[in-house]
Amino acid sequence: MSFKKDEETGLGAYYNNKTTVLQEARVFNESPISPRKCRALLTRIVYLLYLGETLGTQEATTLFFSTTKLFQHKDAALRQMLYLAIKELSGVAEDVIMVTSSIMKDMQPNSEVIYRPNAIRALCRITDASMMQGLERFFKTAIVDRNASISSAALVSSYHLYPAAKDVIKRWVNEAQEAINAKTSGSLFGVSSGSGGGFLGYGNQQQQDKFQPPPSTSYITQYHALGLLYYIRQQDRMAITRMVQQLGGKPGSSGTLKSPLAICMLIRYASKIMEEDPNMQRQMFELLEGWLRHKSDMVNYEAARAICEMRNVAPQQLTRPVSVLQVFLSSSKPTLKFAAIRTLSSLALTHPASVATCNVDMENLITDSNRSIATYAITTLLKTGNEASVDRLMKQISGFMTEISDEFKVIVVDAIRSLCLKFPAKQASMLSFLSGVLRDEGGYDFKRAVVEAIFDMIKFIQDCKETALAHLCEFIEDCEFTKLSVRILHLLGIEGPKTPQPTKYIRYIYNRVVLENAIVRAAAVSSLAKFGALVNDLAVKKSIGVLLRRCLDDVDDEVRDRAALYLHTIDDAPLAETYVKDDTVFSLGALETQLVAYVNDPDASDEPFDVSSIPTVSREQAFQETARPSSLDTIAQPAARAAAGPAPVGPTAAQTKSAYAEQLAAVPEFAEYGTVLNSSSKPQALTESETEYVVTVVKHIFKEYVVFQFNVSNTLPDTVLEQVSALMIPNSEGLTENFIIPIPALTPATSPGTIYVSFSRDSPEEYALGSFQTSLKYVSKEVDPTTGEPEEEGYEDDYQVEEVEVGAADYIVPNYVNFSQEWERLGHGATATETFSLSALDSLKAACDSLIEVLNMEPLGGTEIPTSNSVHALTLSGLVTGGGGKVLARSRMTYSAGQGVTLELSVRAEKEAACQLVISAIGD
Amino acid sequence: MANLSLYCVSATLILDTDGNRILAKYYKPPHGSPANSTRTLHNLKEQRAFEKGLFDKTKKAGGDVILYDTYLVTYRHSLDLIFYFLAPPSENELMVSAGLQAFFDATQLLLRHSVEKRTMLENLDLVLLGLDETVDDGIILETDPATIAGRVSRPKADTTDIVLNEQTLLYAYNRVKEGVQQRISAAL
Repeated sequence: MSFKKDEETGLGAYYNNKTTVLQEARVFNESPISPRKCRALLTRIVYLLYLGETLGTQEATTLFFSTTKLFQHKDAALRQMLYLAIKELSGVAEDVIMVTSSIMKDMQPNSEVIYRPNAIRALCRITDASMMQGLERFFKTAIVDRNASISSAALVSSYHLYPAAKDVIKRWVNEAQEAINAKTSGSLFGVSSGSGGGFLGYGNQQQQDKFQPPPSTSYITQYHALGLLYYIRQQDRMAITRMVQQLGGKPGSSGTLKSPLAICMLIRYASKIMEEDPNMQRQMFELLEGWLRHKSDMVNYEAARAICEMRNVAPQQLTRPVSVLQVFLSSSKPTLKFAAIRTLSSLALTHPASVATCNVDMENLITDSNRSIATYAITTLLKTGNEASVDRLMKQISGFMTEISDEFKVIVVDAIRSLCLKFPAKQASMLSFLSGVLRDEGGYDFKRAVVEAIFDMIKFIQDCKETALAHLCEFIEDCEFTKLSVRILHLLGIEGPKTPQPTKYIRYIYNRVVLENAIVRAAAVSSLAKFGALVNDLAVKKSIGVLLRRCLDDVDDEVRDRAALYLHTIDDAPLAETYVKDDTVFSLGALETQLVAYVNDPDASDEPFDVSSIPTVSREQAFQETARPSSLDTIAQPAARAAAGPAPVGPTAAQTKSAYAEQLAAVPEFAEYGTVLNSSSKPQALTESETEYVVTVVKHIFKEYVVFQFNVSNTLPDTVLEQVSALMIPNSEGLTENFIIPIPALTPATSPGTIYVSFSRDSPEEYALGSFQTSLKYVSKEVDPTTGEPEEEGYEDDYQVEEVEVGAADYIVPNYVNFSQEWERLGHGATATETFSLSALDSLKAACDSLIEVLNMEPLGGTEIPTSNSVHALTLSGLVTGGGGKVLARSRMTYSAGQGVTLELSVRAEKEAACQLVISAIGD
Repeated sequence: MANLSLYCVSATLILDTDGNRILAKYYKPPHGSPANSTRTLHNLKEQRAFEKGLFDKTKKAGGDVILYDTYLVTYRHSLDLIFYFLAPPSENELMVSAGLQAFFDATQLLLRHSVEKRTMLENLDLVLLGLDETVDDGIILETDPATIAGRVSRPKADTTDIVLNEQTLLYAYNRVKEGVQQRISAAL
């Protein structure tokens, strides 16, 4: 693509292709060397690379070595370009280390040439760790050179080299420290070279030996030196803290650092210290507050942002940073406005009240010419707004809705969607806004956002249901998106029958059957059937029957099939119950895991897939599991967290389980154990979270084994734990230990590590329960902070953690069913009833919570929240793993102040063992 | 998490007003990175796709800053060119913008206030060296435009320094001798 420009501009000289440039490299061999020609060719080589051309290793190496001939010529202009070329070619060419000695000549102290910094920076590209020892002296002198450019070049090069040569560069702390404190060359040369035109006066540089550096006003060397010091010391929290204290100075005073960039780095180090060391919080916070008054915007902003992103920041701590940001909002510079609004927007997620003081300024930004600023302004305002300002805001938004892109419209609609839920009283104006934009032109993503917003309103705001459904009906009359039509028809089928006048929707739906494509027709048929099954009006049932019968002649198979099925079922109450009204659905995550296991296991294909072992969930739960966070929440996430951190919503139970299954599959020892029947839904902590070793346990149940997975974190810096294993002493029979997979070595950097302890179930058909005394055994070794190597000698130690229990909950997974139906069906199966008195519990709510936790069963019909505080009935449902079948429990309980909770637990299950399992879980 | 390393510029771009690449330098630390940066664009196809999308978003002047495709981008229009500095999204906007400003002002000094495509292509050596003095593989090297511009050397005309020493004089003498010999032999 670069060659096209060639013809356009006629600047042929620079747009030659690679081949021409390579051929012209002859010019380097000419004698005498022409500095001007060579510099022009070097420029073209570098420029080729900057345009995206790639050189082969051979080509680059040849080119590299032909350029090195130019070291013979002393011209400064040529030499500087030569170093740039060396720097760029060194990434591709081989054996670049050969030119080290040529470069070293230019690095000599006291050589006052313009290209000495270039030489230093080129050297760090071609050298490696083995050479560092020899270069140490040069670097050390260069770092403390009084010329800022030389010092910066040396510091930056050391920074680049640090990962390759930690041991050598570590010793340069004193030099780096001196570079921070030294007066920059600006003050030394300020007077002497102040005569104008010096910056560009290449004429003055005729005598290249006496190159005078131009004065720098940026003090940037401090930034480089500070960066290097932090890099060297980053493992040593105390040293960093001292450094921040020392350089931060007293609150209010300006301190040693003059470079705003350096102060920004210091602020970041300070907030990292605050996060890690609660004792330092006060002092560091005072420093941050001092920087809010610094004369540089960059520093003010960095400090304000650091405070806003502090964990557990108190509202009164936010007033000052927010007012700093508020001033930025009315700046004329887009970058300042952008920075401020971005920070406020993420702060509004957690502290809307603190941000609300900026509302007026933010309203002015809604029409900002930078769309990103406007978007942030709107989304922030919608979070901080109060009920009174909503109408005004809506008016402003509808004013520019037609001028903006679809992408931006989606963001606005999402923001309004969350606003509707926040201020239900304003639903009328918002609904009319949404239905208005639904009629506008727009692509699929935009329309989908609007439709989903209306769906949410229907779901959460009762008052608007009928109006909203009417708007949707109108929309499908003229909707070009099949997917949206189908979703709306489905929703009409669910919500329509519950409204006072279901008949008015039937007309809209039947219109679809007449006018639309096959996919929409099929959805319309299902929707009609729901009306037939759910509306208790014989006239309606009859007309639905007539309409469905007409569909039997449809040209499409699916439409005909559905019509036939529904015609058959709607008259028969029990059938209609399962096929039309059915509100349970398989837990898709679990279904997927089981199916994958089934497909992967060659032996399993002898038997059909057992669907009964898949837990079912209600539609509500399925919806919640799949519910995505609205894009509003994601866009406003603090960018740093969004980039690195976990997804905003925790993974669902099913996802965690499949993740565990994958982890286990990676351990060869467990290959023959078969599939995991159940894993604890979340890790159980065995230590306090702030102890030196943090241990959690996850239990995995296999058909014939139980595997305990211990996640161990070593939080002690400078120690390494070797051969970490977990010793478990069971206090009951039924489980026999097989083997332990220990962690070979555990440092804070490699934490958490995983220990697996495997037990066999002596008789797999029984559900073995019990508790285990557990302790960690390991060899502890100190790490030498200077070398990073552990010492030879360690000492053996053990560390007692809390007991691990295997209870009924580990064998049961929650399962959603229709309780009354199932309860009756299981009436003939295994049953058990027992009465318990739980005097320790002080309310029915506590009893419900602990029952659900102990049994790990699904509470049904909202019975987990007692309505009365004296009598309550809790209904639970679960699935016992390993083909144990369904189990249901009904617990009637009473509470009186003196005796605590008394409960009568009736259990019905498909198998006797399951019944016993549940009863025994409470008995203990 | 804030960026604790000095690597704060991910790439420098200069595009023309049709979205064509005038200059593009994507940085990566020469000896491995201390912290993994978000995402790297290291092949030409990805880079071009990214630049095209970015250009579509920024071709209108006056925005100055945008979050685009996991990069924080500050940019600046000048006649028929657009200058971009790309950074990781968590970077301080003002810091990146200071870097861009320094590079831009230095370019202005170097090109004598006519920062446009033609002049830039005619003086590429100055622009490339100017960039090299502003950013070194992702680390901002200098933010004072006068210092940056002052550190860029300009080429001298070849003719100014004729070296006179024994060798060159001998060479000249030999040339003259050969010439004379040839003419004499031709005349004979």
